[in-house]
Parts: sequence; C-alpha cells; structure tokens
Amino acid sequence: MCGRPSRRDAVAMSVIEVTDLRKVYAGRPAVDGVSFAVEEGEIFGILGPNGAGKTTTVECVEGLRAPDAGRVRVTGLDPIADHRKVARVLGAQLQQSELQAKLTVREALELYAAFHERPADWRPLAERLGLTAKLTTRFAKLSGGQKQRLFIALALIGNPRIVVLDELTTGLDPRARRDTWELIEDIRANGVTVLLVTHFMEEAQRLCDRIAVIDKGRVAALDTPAGLIHRSAGATVISFTPSAPLDDRDLNALPALASVEHKDGRVTLSGTDETVNAVLTLLARTHITAHQLRVTDATLDDAFLDLTDKERA
Amino acid sequence: MNTAVLKAEARLFRREPGSLFWILLFPTLLLVILGSIPSFRDPEADLGGLRTIDIYVPVAVLLGLILGGVQAMPQTLTGYREHGILRRMATTPVRPSALLSAQMLVYGGAALASALLALVVGRLVFDVRLPEQPFGYLLALVLAVLAALALGAVVSALSRTSKFAGALGSALLFPAMFCAGLWLPVQAMPDVLARIVGYTPFGAGAEALNRAAAGDWPGWTHLFVLVVWTVLLTAAASRWFRWE
Repeated sequence: MCGRPSRRDAVAMSVIEVTDLRKVYAGRPAVDGVSFAVEEGEIFGILGPNGAGKTTTVECVEGLRAPDAGRVRVTGLDPIADHRKVARVLGAQLQQSELQAKLTVREALELYAAFHERPADWRPLAERLGLTAKLTTRFAKLSGGQKQRLFIALALIGNPRIVVLDELTTGLDPRARRDTWELIEDIRANGVTVLLVTHFMEEAQRLCDRIAVIDKGRVAALDTPAGLIHRSAGATVISFTPSAPLDDRDLNALPALASVEHKDGRVTLSGTDETVNAVLTLLARTHITAHQLRVTDATLDDAFLDLTDKERA
Repeated sequence: MNTAVLKAEARLFRREPGSLFWILLFPTLLLVILGSIPSFRDPEADLGGLRTIDIYVPVAVLLGLILGGVQAMPQTLTGYREHGILRRMATTPVRPSALLSAQMLVYGGAALASALLALVVGRLVFDVRLPEQPFGYLLALVLAVLAALALGAVVSALSRTSKFAGALGSALLFPAMFCAGLWLPVQAMPDVLARIVGYTPFGAGAEALNRAAAGDWPGWTHLFVLVVWTVLLTAAASRWFRWE
C-alpha cells in the first residue's frame, strides 16, 4: 500500500517557488541564484542586510520585475506572463510607495476594492486595521503607522491567498511596530500566506516560521529561526565576573567553545549547553565564585552576523 | 479604461484649486479683462472688420488646453511615477495605464469645459458670435486637445521628477501660448511668421479654430498638421515613457 506523500514531497503545497533567480543591474548581479519555496499558510521571512537583494527578489515574485534568469512561480503561475491572475491571488505592500496625496482613506479602500472581482468588504477591514476613525482623512495627513496600516488593508482587499510585506515596520515607533506584528499574526491566522521582507532580527525571530537569509544576492541559509540560531557557532552565551582570575588555558580547553572574551573583569563565553556544564565544573573545582552569572541563548542577531560574516570571510 | 480610477482622478482634480483656477477660469478671466478695454470692442480694419475680443476667444479656448495638457497634467503624472503610485497600482489586476488614460480624460475634459466657458462668456458678455461651423470647430478643438495631451505625455516621459516636469512644461508654455496667438493673434502676424506658426500644433489649432468660427471649414492642412503632431508626440511618449 502506498503511503501518503510526505509534506516535503508535495510540491503543490508551495504557493511561491523561486528557482535560481538572477537579476543583474548595470552589470552587477543584485540577485545571483536565489532559490526558495514558500508553503501555504506559513510566514516566510526574507532577512538580510540593506542592498542584499531582498526587495529585488520579492519584486520578481510580485511581477514588477522580469528575472534575467531562473524561474518564479506563484500558485503555479508566472508573475510576468500571467500578471493579472497573479495579482488576484497576491496582495503586495511595497517598500516605497505612496498614494495620491489628496485621496482619503475611504476613497483609497473603495478604489482598490474596485480593482478586484471579489473584494473583501472594506468596512470590517478598516475596523480590523484601526482605520475607521481616519476614513475621511487624506493620505498625506496620515502618520507613518496609519499609512502602513492602510497599505496592509490595500494588500488584503482583494482577498489574496498570499501577501508580500516589504520592510513594513521600518520607520515605525516600537509601539506601532508591535501592533503591526500582531496584525501580521492575525493575517496568517486567517489562512493567508505571508512573505515578509525585513532587516529587523527581532521581527523575523518573533513572526517567521522559516527564514531565508539573503546576503550579496545569495541565500546564505534557510531554516526556522531556532534552526538558524542553533546552527550558528556559539548558540549559548555564558557570562560572569569571577572572584579570582581564571587560567586562560582552562577556559580554552572547554568543550564546544566558540569564543572567549574578557572585558572589565567580566568573562563572556559562547558555546553549547556542554560548555555551560564544563564551566560550572571548572568553577567548582577551582573554588572560584561566579558573580552575576548569566546564561542566555544567542539571538537571531548573533546567528545572522555569524552567517553573513562567514560569507564575507 | 477603468471607471473607478476615472472617478477617483476626477474627484482629485476637483481638489486642486490651482488647476481649477488656471485651466477652467483663467482663460475666461483673461478674456473678460481684455474685453473690458473699450477699444478692444471696436471693429478693426486690420482684422477684417473683427473686434480684438472676437479673435481672442479662440486664443482663450487654446489657452485652457495648453495650461491643462502641457503645464498641469505632466506634473501630476510624473508625480505619480515619482511617488510609486504607478508601481503600487502595478501590483493589482488593473494596469497602471488605467491611471494614464484617466488623467488624459480628466485634463482633456477640463480643457473642453474651459473652452465651453470661454465661448459662453464671450457670447453672453461681449456678444462674440458662436462658431458658425460648429462641427468643424469641435473637430479642430478635439484635435488640439489631443495634441496638447500628447505633448504633455512627452513632457512627463522626459521628466524624472514632477519639479522637472513643471519646469519643462513652463518652458514649453510660452512658445505654445505665443503660437496660439496670446501676444499677437495669428491673424495679425506677418505672413511669414503666420505660416511658420501654422506648422506648430497650437498655431495650426488657432488657424483652424478661427476659420471654423468664421463659418469656413477649418482647413485640411491645419487639421492634418494637428494629426501629424499628435501621432508623432504619442509615438515619442510611448517610446520614452517609463512606469518607474
């Protein structure tokens, strides 16, 4: 009897497929062989430093740019050849775009609703995005956060299966950023697949199911946030102020050690859980007390620097 | 054509007091100012017995479409590209070209409304006779509007920023107004100058409107000149226009 195909084998599960994507600007490759697949219902992050090729990649997904080489499919469709069909299933918020300055929120919602055959009712959408009090306000008079919420609403108004959000929270204050994160989780809870472009580690770590780290036009790593942290050297960080100096030879002999740092009498080590246990044993053996002992997991930040540094080396 | 886009653009046009004044009111206001000079209301032998005010009605008609098509529209369109509004629309099932055609309809419509206002005020206030060859007049007017919009599209195609579009539009505005006869009506120009001006879009437009106003057919040459300009300018605009 045949077993059911596993999740990984089921190609039909992927709503976005990017294979060996390449895009060259003025002889310099902006995207150089990027491949990834986004599965239905996940929040997929594209993370990378500025100028890494993140926006160019999603612009090829949105059908705003034609790839120089490689293949892009959105629900099996070519975003350039089948632009109209792709636009019906994919809603996009662009990194830098505006609306007509004197268009009101309500008019923008009605206008963009008219672009779709079966649009969402804009009233509950405005309600959900906290725009109800701003319906008669002109675009130019909205705050940065309100503009972003309106752009999310416009991306969702066609009842898309996928939304692409590019640097959504850049320029927002921490409060507005957190509110936006809740919104994105809310969007996914409604069954919409989210492709999220960001350069904020905290955002990617909190929201994304999987992340493609893009650096210099290539995918440096693709994994879950926990996976990315785990695979970087020094996933666990131990720091303390010893009551007496420690022998460097003892420290360097610790198992699975990734780095040692001394600063103002404080020792910071990174490694694994094994390193932690060995440090504790070492301290007990040498009768040294560790003041202000802290053990923390490395963040995505550390993993990211590690991954992108590796590329640079 | 997308009616939702057209409706939105028409509404936005009404929110621009500057455009409303310069395109819709200014040409007629100028006509009223000129008409309040007593000597401009006397028949002149130089003008074949017409009064100065008579020959300024077609100038006012052309002025509205020049200001709308060459000065105002390119700034709006270039701003739409500059601020990513066209790109934003490119991610929807509606193509950004819908915005382009809506803009042309709005400014073209405004130019026609401005022309109508000038004709009505000329008739009611200064007793200027309505065009005696109305069909020929309308044809010449529509062709002149198309030429102005095509010229505006070229300005927009060549401009990266709406500021530049404004500057380029202004630079074209003065020769265009001169050809339309704002400073010296085409009928009063020396023959050689009048002939040269007759090959420009607005000079040809002025000649065609004058003839139709007097009851003649606007003249195939002038209509042909307008058509050729429209075709050439449209080709240039579609060749150079960038969506982003």
